[in-house]
Amino acid sequence: MIAEIGHFALILATGVALYQFLVPLYAAQRGDRALMRTGLTASVLQLALIATAFAALTHAYLVSDFSVQNVFENSHSAKPLLYKISGVWGNHEGSMVLWVLILALYGAAVAIFGENLPLELRSRVVAIQGSIGLAFLLFIVLTSNPFMRIEPPPIEGNGLNPILQDPALAFHPPFLYAGYVGLSIAFAFAVAALIDGRVDAAWARWVRPWTLAAWVFLTIGIAMGSWWAYYELGWGGWWFWDPVENASFMPWLVATALIHSAIVVEKRNALKIWTVLLSILAFSLSLMGTFLVRSGVLTSVHAFAVDPERGLFILIILCIFIGGSLALFAWRAPMMKAGGLFAPVSREGSLVMNNLLLCVACLAVFVGTLYPLALETLSGEKISVGPPYFNLTFGPIILPLLLLVPIGPFLAWKRGDAATALRRLWISLAVAVAVGLVVLALNIRGPWLAPFGMALAAWLVLGALTDLASRIALFKAPLATSWHRIIGLPRSAIGGILAHGGLGVMIAGIIAISLWKIEVIVALKPGEAADVGGYSITFIGETPLTGPNFTGRAGRFLVKEGDREVATLVSEKREFQPSGMPTTEVGLHQTLAGDIYVVMGDATNDGGRAIRMYFNPLVNFIWLGTFIMFLGGLLSLSDRRYRVGAPKRHVAAQAVPAE
Amino acid sequence: MTRKQKRMTMILGGLAVLGIAAGIMLYALSGTITFFYTPSEITEEKVSPGQRLRLGGLVEEGSWIRGEGTMSTFVVTDTIKTIKVTYNGQLPDLFREGQGVVAEGIIDGGGTFVADTVLAKHDENYMPKELADSLKEKGVWNEGAKTQ
Repeated sequence: MIAEIGHFALILATGVALYQFLVPLYAAQRGDRALMRTGLTASVLQLALIATAFAALTHAYLVSDFSVQNVFENSHSAKPLLYKISGVWGNHEGSMVLWVLILALYGAAVAIFGENLPLELRSRVVAIQGSIGLAFLLFIVLTSNPFMRIEPPPIEGNGLNPILQDPALAFHPPFLYAGYVGLSIAFAFAVAALIDGRVDAAWARWVRPWTLAAWVFLTIGIAMGSWWAYYELGWGGWWFWDPVENASFMPWLVATALIHSAIVVEKRNALKIWTVLLSILAFSLSLMGTFLVRSGVLTSVHAFAVDPERGLFILIILCIFIGGSLALFAWRAPMMKAGGLFAPVSREGSLVMNNLLLCVACLAVFVGTLYPLALETLSGEKISVGPPYFNLTFGPIILPLLLLVPIGPFLAWKRGDAATALRRLWISLAVAVAVGLVVLALNIRGPWLAPFGMALAAWLVLGALTDLASRIALFKAPLATSWHRIIGLPRSAIGGILAHGGLGVMIAGIIAISLWKIEVIVALKPGEAADVGGYSITFIGETPLTGPNFTGRAGRFLVKEGDREVATLVSEKREFQPSGMPTTEVGLHQTLAGDIYVVMGDATNDGGRAIRMYFNPLVNFIWLGTFIMFLGGLLSLSDRRYRVGAPKRHVAAQAVPAE
Repeated sequence: MTRKQKRMTMILGGLAVLGIAAGIMLYALSGTITFFYTPSEITEEKVSPGQRLRLGGLVEEGSWIRGEGTMSTFVVTDTIKTIKVTYNGQLPDLFREGQGVVAEGIIDGGGTFVADTVLAKHDENYMPKELADSLKEKGVWNEGAKTQ
């Protein structure tokens, strides 16, 4: 019964989405304020209906209602509670329901909290949101109904894919989707602006927080996915340039460009047309990401069993939204007025450079991800494009950007002076070069990239610190004054500094693990030891293992540094019930200096085990850095300028009743 | 500079960056891609020894032999032709006889495939798409192998 309510709510939501799409658009064109308000109500109703459907599906999972096919295929009564909940979105149908739920949340948020927006703009944004909701609700109702029943109901379910039974991965999809779908708001604002024919500083001030929120979610979502891949897949790597990873990385790159270009629109009223285009592109890449992951057209280590017919449906949605919005852009963009002037060397110029390089880097990822697909369609030849391609292209494109990051904030608006900016950064530059020289002198079996990469990381971190120091006049004014200034700094400024510094921390981790990782694969019998990066790791032996829904064997390892015992690690081989699927759990000892990472493999002929061991230096800097970037984003988001008063373009106009 | 000149400078600068990037991408694509073959295609296409490629097929029943330490050998088949594969390292959890596998590496002079990577999939019901397509073309695809 509850499942049927959920199904019915989804169908009703589809009808409401149709209303939400068409009526506010028409009303905004006619200037009918009462009718426009019904569109806002529709978006709230839409949220209520989808939330009902989502709650119904969650209920079916919680009570293990195996008469619902989706629950039968993806759940099991013995599964821990957390994974019963995360099982709701750990499959195709449920994840699509989560997708539209988040979409409806954003749509309703604009309707409810968008008091400052002119009603026409608010209605159009809500309508565009409605159109996206309509497309995906149709997709769910027609091809991916999560409430399908089976007769007779089975007694026990199939269980969730065991490697998805992990805390980090339980929350990875909601965050990632919140990011993907959050970009739909920027998209809706862009399309509304194109219909409206106007983009100005107030528009940018409305778009910025939404894009920033999406960026914050994408950042933490990608970081969680990468962290999960690092310790769950047992390959010792953290990023594989896999199509599914790229699908989330491309929107991130463009969203990063967008939050920078929106600054220029807000502060200088320039780059308007470009920002609108970027908003469209960012969401288009989100849609494409959904398509790539959900259609199964690409071979990916992250791919799950998928149905190609659904791919076609999403492809059609993709074509309508991307094609439609780009056509609208081509038609309306030339009518927009060009904005303020600026010299090539200026704050605006540096942000243009940021956008250019981020977009070109995104293009490189795009080409590498889709080239195999294009080639196979055209010539039938099957190829794969792997990490070497991405290292060769993405690296050199992003490098100049990383070098320029600390300089940008020191350039003045309109017309800047590179020499002055560098003079103010000379300490950072000197220390960064010194760091490079130290690495070179130690020469920890590194190619030229090692000293350069570490110098770059130091340059980014110190550049961010210098930015902060100069803003609060540290050491130039009395400390009390500096303290007052730090309190008075806009949170978005501190957020930007944190994000740039976090980027440097992340780069340090990436360079270290890429160049100095130590990998040892040996066969060990109990009692035998191997040396990994200055540690001696002894295979103590293995014991049987029983968990709530798995059995297996646990291998124990003693890690010693000289005579000092560092840790005892456990790596497990598990076999999950009822699927019988085997998984491996990594034994991990984490420190800021680096991780010791032990994976117990298959039994060898002579009673031992194949053991893979890594020393991953500074690897946690990667996630520490992304976390700092995430915090920076959150802090910017809490900036009061985004919340109170500031964006009031049409307040005067609004006060006049539109009779 | 006038507005027009400034805009031209920016557009030309952008195009220059794009051009350089396109050059790098083409160069990288020509040098780093790996082709995917089934055992029959490898014999047909006369792959030269030392060329890096991906091999896909089923692990032949009864062919998996564990050697010294972490060495393994097994035979990959598309049910028409077979090729012997050696691999030094840990095989993925889902590596099983009779199941699909994708190995990356080179063919040595003796016609043995020396793999440095054996690919795992996350899902036991999942057959690598490129492999499923190849097997379908050869008419040896068995829908029953993909449960559900």
